[in-house]
Amino acid sequence: MERELILPADREVLKTLTAGDFVNISGEIYVARDAAHKRLMDLITAGKPLPIELSGETIYYMGPTPARPGRVTGSAGPTTASRMDFAAPTLLDMGLSVMIGKGKRSKEVHEAIVRNGAVYLAAIGGAGAVISKAIEKSEVVCYGDLGAEAIRRLTVRDFPAIVVIDSTGRDLYEEVSPSE
Amino acid sequence: MKRAVDTAEIREAVKSLLMDVNYKLSPDVASAITSAADTEKSELGKKVLSTLTENLKVADEEQIPICQDTGMAVVFLEIGQDVELMGEYLEDAVNAGVREAYTEGYLRKSVVSDPIERKNSGDNTPAIIHTRIVKGNQVTVTCAPKGFGSENMSRVFMLKPAQGIEGVKAAVLETVKAAGPNACPPFVVGVGIGGDFEKSALMAKQALTREIDSCSEVQWAADLETELLSEINALGIGPAGLGGSVTALAVNINTYATHIAGLPVAVNMCCHVDRHGKVVI
Repeated sequence: MERELILPADREVLKTLTAGDFVNISGEIYVARDAAHKRLMDLITAGKPLPIELSGETIYYMGPTPARPGRVTGSAGPTTASRMDFAAPTLLDMGLSVMIGKGKRSKEVHEAIVRNGAVYLAAIGGAGAVISKAIEKSEVVCYGDLGAEAIRRLTVRDFPAIVVIDSTGRDLYEEVSPSE
Repeated sequence: MKRAVDTAEIREAVKSLLMDVNYKLSPDVASAITSAADTEKSELGKKVLSTLTENLKVADEEQIPICQDTGMAVVFLEIGQDVELMGEYLEDAVNAGVREAYTEGYLRKSVVSDPIERKNSGDNTPAIIHTRIVKGNQVTVTCAPKGFGSENMSRVFMLKPAQGIEGVKAAVLETVKAAGPNACPPFVVGVGIGGDFEKSALMAKQALTREIDSCSEVQWAADLETELLSEINALGIGPAGLGGSVTALAVNINTYATHIAGLPVAVNMCCHVDRHGKVVI
């Protein structure tokens, strides 16, 4: 099924998404990848506050190419999500409700998705040029010293994605090619 | 006949190749992606493949990288033994070309200077440079920037000779299956069979720089390429790992002599953005 998804969304809306749905996302999402996740986890371990509010939010695992002058962003496709598996269960338990990336997730992430009524969406890997057209605004929120790995806030319109793990734990990747 | 080549020419070739291949795929790979949309059976798979075709168009028209992972620069240099290199030291010239391409070309700087300390080098240097002395008086520069979504899913197997071709097939299929959606299918699968530990890995990488519709000159390997492509596409992983009949665009196998005790097999996974370009100086 193809449908629209406005983010941030209530968990009640997320519950209506089913693995295999094609969604066109509009709204606001955060961007973070490896180095930013490490910093967030270091803060959590130290009992310090985070620089972003996670409740009901989305994190897109991505590190863009630099924007040409006059452009909003460079190429902006998803990176492999499993590298963020070390942090995702903690962030989900703290309120994160949507993750966008590509590739399989760990058992711990699956469990945290179901426990929190969250969802995991896949953007199309290697389609960074097309995806950049769906990004209307991009701002560095923090960790600018990390360059491509900084935390960003994006405003997107009709950003194409596919529901891979829905809030019940159904996993499209496992259905098409089961892990051994 | 002896011939002088200024390394500034090599620097310029590296720079222009790295920018070009990041904005535009070679025709062999681009047409393989486009025609895959016709053979794909799944609707979601067709949609992914048509998005990838559209992506190539946008990247070329707007000079925006095809993929945000513009890779670590892998540079193969074949230097004729009758060439006398002039000017700046060769590896400095290559790295200067990389620096200029990634800075002036708005490409992502994806290299950290130390694998543990992990501070970004800021200009995507250093490159991975493979230099080989060949016959003649020309210099061939091949650039193949490699993204790590697929690199991370690559493997080397030290098989036993008795495992033979069936062992090789199992190793390739196991690697592709484990790569699944992580390595951005449809894949190009580079395979190196023989040599030793590092030679097999190098051959697998070089296999990715072959035209993807080319065949091995070794008959059993050419047959194996066809057979493996069909078995990989029967796995059902499909475009973006969302299910379908096109999991790989090509399997390229390079081979070499090996030791009586060994059968090294390296599988270098590559996503559909199999970037490679060549200039002969």
